[in-house]
Amino acid sequence: QDCTFFTRKEILRLHGRYYEMAPNVVPMDYTRDPDVKLPMQLIINMPELKENPFKERIVLSFSEDGEGSLSFNDFVDMFSVLSEMAPRELKAIYAFKIYDFNTDNFICKSDLEQTLNKLTREELTEEEITLVCEKVIEEADMDGDGKLGFADFENMISKAPDFLSTFHIRI
Amino acid sequence: KEEEESKEEDICSQQNGTSKRKNYQRENKDGKKAGGGSRQRDKKAPTKDQKESENKEKKTSKNGKEGENKEGTDRKNSTSSDSSGEESLSEEELAMLMEQVEQKKKLISTMRNKPWRMVKKLSVLREAQAFVEKFEGALGKGKGKKLYAYKMMMAKKWVKFKRDFDNFKTQCIPWEMKIKEVESHFGSSVASYFIFLRWMYGVNLVLFSLIFGLVIIPEVLMGMPYGSMPRKTVPRAEQATAMDFSVLWDFEGYIKYSALFYGYYNNQRTIGWLKYRLPMAYFMVGISVFGYSLMVVIRSMARNANESTADGDDHNFIFSWKMFTSWDYLIGNPETADNKFASITTSFKESIVDEQESNKDENIHLRRFLRVLANLLIICCLCGSGYLIYFVVKRSQTFSKMQNVGWYERNEVEIVMSLLGMFCPPLFETIAALENYHPRIGLKWQLGRIFALFLGNLYTFLLALMDDVNEKLAEEDVVKNITHWTLLGHHNSSLRNGSAATPPPLDPADVPRGPCWETTVGIEFVRLTVSDILVTYITILVGDFIRACFVRFVNYCWCWDLEAGFPSYAEFDISGNVLGLVFNQGMIWMGSFYAPGLVGINVLRLLTSMYFQCWAVMSSNVPHARVFKASKSNNFYMGLLLLILFLSLLPVAYTIMSLPPSFDCGPFSGKKRMYEVIQETIELDFPLFVAKIFSYVANPGLIIPAILLMVLAIYYLNAVAEAYQRANTELKKKMQMQREEEKNKRNNKASTNPVLQDMEDLLTPSPKRETHPKQAEDKNMEPPGRTSPGGKQGKPAALDGSPRTGGRGAALSPPPPQRFVTQPPMLGVRAPYPGQLRPWRQPLGTVPGRGRGQPWY
Repeated sequence: QDCTFFTRKEILRLHGRYYEMAPNVVPMDYTRDPDVKLPMQLIINMPELKENPFKERIVLSFSEDGEGSLSFNDFVDMFSVLSEMAPRELKAIYAFKIYDFNTDNFICKSDLEQTLNKLTREELTEEEITLVCEKVIEEADMDGDGKLGFADFENMISKAPDFLSTFHIRI
Repeated sequence: KEEEESKEEDICSQQNGTSKRKNYQRENKDGKKAGGGSRQRDKKAPTKDQKESENKEKKTSKNGKEGENKEGTDRKNSTSSDSSGEESLSEEELAMLMEQVEQKKKLISTMRNKPWRMVKKLSVLREAQAFVEKFEGALGKGKGKKLYAYKMMMAKKWVKFKRDFDNFKTQCIPWEMKIKEVESHFGSSVASYFIFLRWMYGVNLVLFSLIFGLVIIPEVLMGMPYGSMPRKTVPRAEQATAMDFSVLWDFEGYIKYSALFYGYYNNQRTIGWLKYRLPMAYFMVGISVFGYSLMVVIRSMARNANESTADGDDHNFIFSWKMFTSWDYLIGNPETADNKFASITTSFKESIVDEQESNKDENIHLRRFLRVLANLLIICCLCGSGYLIYFVVKRSQTFSKMQNVGWYERNEVEIVMSLLGMFCPPLFETIAALENYHPRIGLKWQLGRIFALFLGNLYTFLLALMDDVNEKLAEEDVVKNITHWTLLGHHNSSLRNGSAATPPPLDPADVPRGPCWETTVGIEFVRLTVSDILVTYITILVGDFIRACFVRFVNYCWCWDLEAGFPSYAEFDISGNVLGLVFNQGMIWMGSFYAPGLVGINVLRLLTSMYFQCWAVMSSNVPHARVFKASKSNNFYMGLLLLILFLSLLPVAYTIMSLPPSFDCGPFSGKKRMYEVIQETIELDFPLFVAKIFSYVANPGLIIPAILLMVLAIYYLNAVAEAYQRANTELKKKMQMQREEEKNKRNNKASTNPVLQDMEDLLTPSPKRETHPKQAEDKNMEPPGRTSPGGKQGKPAALDGSPRTGGRGAALSPPPPQRFVTQPPMLGVRAPYPGQLRPWRQPLGTVPGRGRGQPWY
């Protein structure tokens, strides 16, 4: 409980969900053999994540091996960060990781374009996309390097009114 | 590294030379600790959260780390057990230890906020916990430290209790799961309605317990029983039909003469063996219902406002926000997701268009014209509906005087009002389509208009009712005389019969009585509420459920696509439902003074509608075409509620202050005005000086200055608030300027941000971690990118924090000088050679001074 924002009951429920996804792989008893990971394919088919356009990014950001497999620890971590009680700063860090598609610690134009395409299901035209990306960088880029560092991102997101209400998943 | 290790060995041997006994002791301890380290951990695990701690036993990342940790902790053990084994346990050391323990505790409590990997969190947490436990014990063992240990234990228990209590509290929130389910399907705007409904239910529950506990139950338990006096008896003429369902359905007959209505209450000053002052209680409860509601509404409004001011309306980041916060991660339903995608796309397009043509306003005249036209139309509708209601109420008064009127005539008012409430909102919506507002603004306009409609209806209804009441008042004077004469005649006749002492009492059912306008008003409100409930439920059943069934099943054999075409499924009508709730609550507030049972009905209504509407939404509604957030309109709901609370306060206050209560029913009968009950209580039940004080306070000479003072205070506070606002805008401007400046400066401050470094830590490719757990651990513990000797190796020296002092630890705060104050006695004993003093002192000094991970916060 000290590591997450969950109560004991919620953790048990999370484990239930985790177990449900692959009953033959995940042991019920964690005293002996804890090294179990579930592949990304299973995780992103959870109803909570299924419709999310960034589901792969979310799972990747929380997976320890960088390939999208989640151990139960990572799994709990993920929903802990995405829970309502998590503070804004923590959420901002992970949101940044999620939107940073090429993991270069900056959100650059290509990341923005991918985000936008995922958000709109590629229904915007080329010009519109470039316009929006330019606007975003113009708005949020403080240090003028043409891409968003974490400081820029945090500065921007800390003022967003809806960030806390939208960036959480109930489970 | 190796060198350092060997040096330390040297030191150890040096110590051996200086004091054999001590070292022997120490080694003993070390051995115990090394063996007991893991056992201790395992023992601790079950006491904590089982599942969590059990899966902590991760072998892969552990194997290496375990030993390392042990070494680290052992080292600490050794140093500390040395120091604690020392006879002279100095105060400073103790203080330092305590400080360290506190730090660990702080670390534990802030652990969840750290953006670390779970594995790291777990290991650090376990270490910190073990540390705290051990040293609490060590501290506790000292002389006179029992109290401290006890305190620690109590603190731990307290924390545990609080956690359990929190768990319990979250479990106690009703309908949380239901609302979550709705929210995940329909987005936050629909869920906000249900949250509002739940809040309303809570408020009504409090009002209900207030009224039932202080008025109805005392009356039922201790008041005079039914049939003992005229006001508690069904009149002779009605007795035959008093139990008929049709009569009861109209709240006549037995229900009218029950504790649910005002008229049933007696004006006896005290009742029962408790000497309960019922009229006083009735009055005070009536007042406190309003007081409590006002307080609650205003408090939650203030809280909402506090929350909403945190996120100022900064227009700098329109696109960024749209990009990064527009996706609602809660959405789990494919339909909702489709809608969300569509709405995001449209909103992007809208902003793009706005951006491109922000100055283009060719159609402004047409749009203005259309808006004016729409408002005109709506005002016409409102006036029309107001007049219709007035007309109907007037007509119903004539109907009520006639005998044997049909069901329709009796319920005409309610039917007309419900029909208006049903058909006007869609009409408004159609008209509002002319205006072409943004949906959120559109929703507010819509809410405002429907609110005006309801309010107009309500007030027309009230005015008509007031006419009715005045008529009844006139009638009452006549009846009063009749009653008087009947009673007198009865007495006279019994006197004439000769039995002077005890005249046979007149049966209470035969006494002629006044119309009792309060009960009439109460009945009117109850009827309105009940018919409102029925209409709402029937609308849901027919408009949503039957329609959904029809569309779903007839679609197989129909000539066009029903699901996509004309009837389709219903959307959840947020504005209508919210206003229905608010309006209904207004009626409850107004009516509860005249019909104490009304709140009970309302509680039932809210309870059933929670389940019923949840079911209806989940079963037969589709999500909105344009999903929008309701986070801000929540205060709008509250504002409406406050307005209607105030408006419903007015008529009640008017009747209390300026209408005479009926002479033969209700707790205030026989008084000129209702509020006289307070004066009476003060005069009779309080000592004289209280009455005197009260009369002074009630003096207009005092009240007017008080009001003046309040006005002045409001003026002053307003001015202050304005000043703050100005300062706020000024600050905003400054921030804007600073932002521009920063943009110009193009400075890179990434390296000084500790959060960023945690981030980078997370972003480092992690396969390395698995192959070299030690290294990974080290990297975690340390600011990445720093190249210090011994930074990359899994040496315990690094864990002990010695590189930290050279690195960020030093940057944050220089090594405290007290180290030198505390160490000399030990140094003198164990390290006689100054040459070896430096490398030995460092690990020892840093451990108690700053705990592991201390610079991270």
